[in-house]
Amino acid sequence: MSRGLRMIPIVLLLWLVFGLAWKLIRPADPAIPSQLVEREVPDFALQAAATGALGLRSTDLAGGKPKLLNIFASWCVPCTAEAPVLGELRRRGVTIDAIAVRDTPDALGVFLARNGNPYERIGADPRSEAQIALGSSGVPETFVIDGKGIIRRQYIGALNPSNIPGVLRELEQAR
Amino acid sequence: MIAEAGLAALWLAAGLAAYQLLLMVLTLRHEIDAGRTMRAVAVAQGALALIAFWALLLAFALSDMSVKLVFENSNSAKPFIYKVAGTWGNHEGSMLMWVTILAVAGAFVALFSRRTGERTLVAALGSQSVLALGFYAFLLIASNPFARLSPAPPDGLGLNPLLQDPGLAFHPPTLYLGYVGLSVAFSLAVGALLTDEVDSRLARAMRPWVLAAWVLLTLGITAGSYWAYYDLGWGGYWFWDPVENASLMPWLAATALLHSLNVLAARGALKAWTMMLVVIAFSMSMVGTFLVRSGILTSVHAFAIDPERGTFLLALLAIYVGAAFTLFAVRGASLKEGSPFELVSRETGLVINNLLLSVILGIVFLGTLYPLFVEALSGEKLSVGASYFNAVAGPLALLLAVLVGIGPLLSWRQERRPIWGRLKLPALLAASALAMTIILAPDIHILPRLGFTVAAFLATASILPLVGRNPLRIPLATWGMVVAHFGIAVALAGMAANAAFTVERLAIAKPGDILGVGPWLVQLEGVTPAAGKNFTALEAELKATRGEAAITLNPQTHYYSDPPTETNESAIRTFWNGQLYTVLGRADSSGGWQLRLWWKPFVTLIWGGGALIAIGGALALAGRTFRRRRRSERDWRERYR
Repeated sequence: MSRGLRMIPIVLLLWLVFGLAWKLIRPADPAIPSQLVEREVPDFALQAAATGALGLRSTDLAGGKPKLLNIFASWCVPCTAEAPVLGELRRRGVTIDAIAVRDTPDALGVFLARNGNPYERIGADPRSEAQIALGSSGVPETFVIDGKGIIRRQYIGALNPSNIPGVLRELEQAR
Repeated sequence: MIAEAGLAALWLAAGLAAYQLLLMVLTLRHEIDAGRTMRAVAVAQGALALIAFWALLLAFALSDMSVKLVFENSNSAKPFIYKVAGTWGNHEGSMLMWVTILAVAGAFVALFSRRTGERTLVAALGSQSVLALGFYAFLLIASNPFARLSPAPPDGLGLNPLLQDPGLAFHPPTLYLGYVGLSVAFSLAVGALLTDEVDSRLARAMRPWVLAAWVLLTLGITAGSYWAYYDLGWGGYWFWDPVENASLMPWLAATALLHSLNVLAARGALKAWTMMLVVIAFSMSMVGTFLVRSGILTSVHAFAIDPERGTFLLALLAIYVGAAFTLFAVRGASLKEGSPFELVSRETGLVINNLLLSVILGIVFLGTLYPLFVEALSGEKLSVGASYFNAVAGPLALLLAVLVGIGPLLSWRQERRPIWGRLKLPALLAASALAMTIILAPDIHILPRLGFTVAAFLATASILPLVGRNPLRIPLATWGMVVAHFGIAVALAGMAANAAFTVERLAIAKPGDILGVGPWLVQLEGVTPAAGKNFTALEAELKATRGEAAITLNPQTHYYSDPPTETNESAIRTFWNGQLYTVLGRADSSGGWQLRLWWKPFVTLIWGGGALIAIGGALALAGRTFRRRRRSERDWRERYR
């Protein structure tokens, strides 16, 4: 066996060790991205989640205009923290639809009265079925959806103020 | 006092290991004759490590809650056997067990190994002590198993209920013994590379260790598979879970090694390849430990996760395996290959065996680590499922099983007789098995169908090496080979039957409901509360019948309080032609209970086959050892005449 051949195991080992070390050092990220990014929104038709709100159908998301779809719940603490960011986006002319997961109209009414209501439509998803169909694994999550109902981007966790320019740019590109 | 004595013994053992390293360097550099001293020190190191482990065992057995490790992993209400098993049901304890077995194995090498040259033995024991030093250093510096708590808490936190199973008492120690057996082979190989004595004597010195390791790994995997089957309540025997793969990879490498060692021992050939396999087999056992301990991959064994220890194990892996591969790269040039062989010969058969096993090993390795690679390169997350492993490794494993039937019929160097004549009967039986599956079960998948065919072929062909010989004069090692190869056919038949004919029924049943599964009718009589020693339980009463008298099964759900956990205890009834497997799930709001029922024809053959493979290995080990004893007695007599 030539020397070059005999060096192969060492090279492979170095590769393996560096790969594993990289994985060990990197903080674990438990977020699982949706497989539906760059695909069409799955079919759903949700009742209105709060008194006076509009229900949400998947066809509403393919109305020709890019939108945000926010997955949230009144019982979710990060969603409260996220509310001002959504309010700011609304002020800048962004249309935001929402799915309220495992919520009640009363609790949701209190949440919207306290934190403001940036939403055009709020669909109720009492058994997380639409949420799971979207490939969302928690609340809050936000999807950027283009005018044809194709998911362009998924934000896992609460949006924060530094996300605003990026979200606006993505909505612009989705036009 | 006990804990302090254990700690002192551990420090002394580490000191002796360092001394062994010094002895090795002096021997290699200055040609001093340190054989006797080295042997004595190795034995002393083994004894001290054993004392340290014994001390920890006592602390657990006596529930000494002032020892932090005992407090964190035990509870005075636990049954005694789980108190003892708790010793190695945690990180520090399992590392201490690792190093103890390593040191005791070193002592055994020092006491009994007479096959290699004295310098190679010194180098091998030195290498073994370097392996041990890494673990001593970690235990003593970073995670002292004997650390005390003051004041002593009144009672401990308990052990994960999933681990409160007789399986745990034996599963990890068995695998560790297997891993350590491979480490002895590794040390011997490194020693021989250092002293340039890679020859058939080395292969014969390594063979008992590799055989023993292989037997234990086979037992460990078989037992682990059965444990997952009945304890997790998922009804499968193999999930291609990363941690299962982690135990399969060293086994595959050890299997290849076992066969290439035979070529090296008998013919002096395949030197470089065998040396590389030794290093790979050992590194796979470290990769296995690493994958289990680091939690780097998501797995059912997630109870063992600890990234910090992962980093440490990875560093040791890099140092040990890196050093061995470097040594191999530097010294490999001087490895002269032995006697040549013809294309049709037992050597060629064993080379093909090695190639196929290596490819399967590569496939399992890639599939296990592929999610990591993809995430590193593109950030995408995915998991590799059973379908990949079955589709890619399955056909290769079947091909290998066919060759297992043919290989042992070939003779060394060159096969002069045509072998097809002897294979007529196996081929005929295989063809009729194939025809039978087509007639009786036309709809089954192609892999199980081929599985039945190959199993019939191998079951017959594996017995052929015995035909026409006097059974009393056949060496034990040959019996071992035949039994192990026959075991492969048995396990293969079980896997094929399980894949082709398993019937599953998942339903919600109210008391009085009758469910059908395969030939069985199962009636839910009721669900009642029950109490165990350290848990409360719900127990279902099921009456099952298939035309004969009804039998009763009692699957349970256990609720543990320390720590709060829920486990499903399946109820399984074994018959000659299969197993009825029942699991009680949750209640639903309408007063019904989730029931999961399986009828699994001939599934027990899988573990029966695994046990036969291990028994075959044990027979071969006994044969080699006794023959060696006889031969070395003769050598001694000649020397002292």
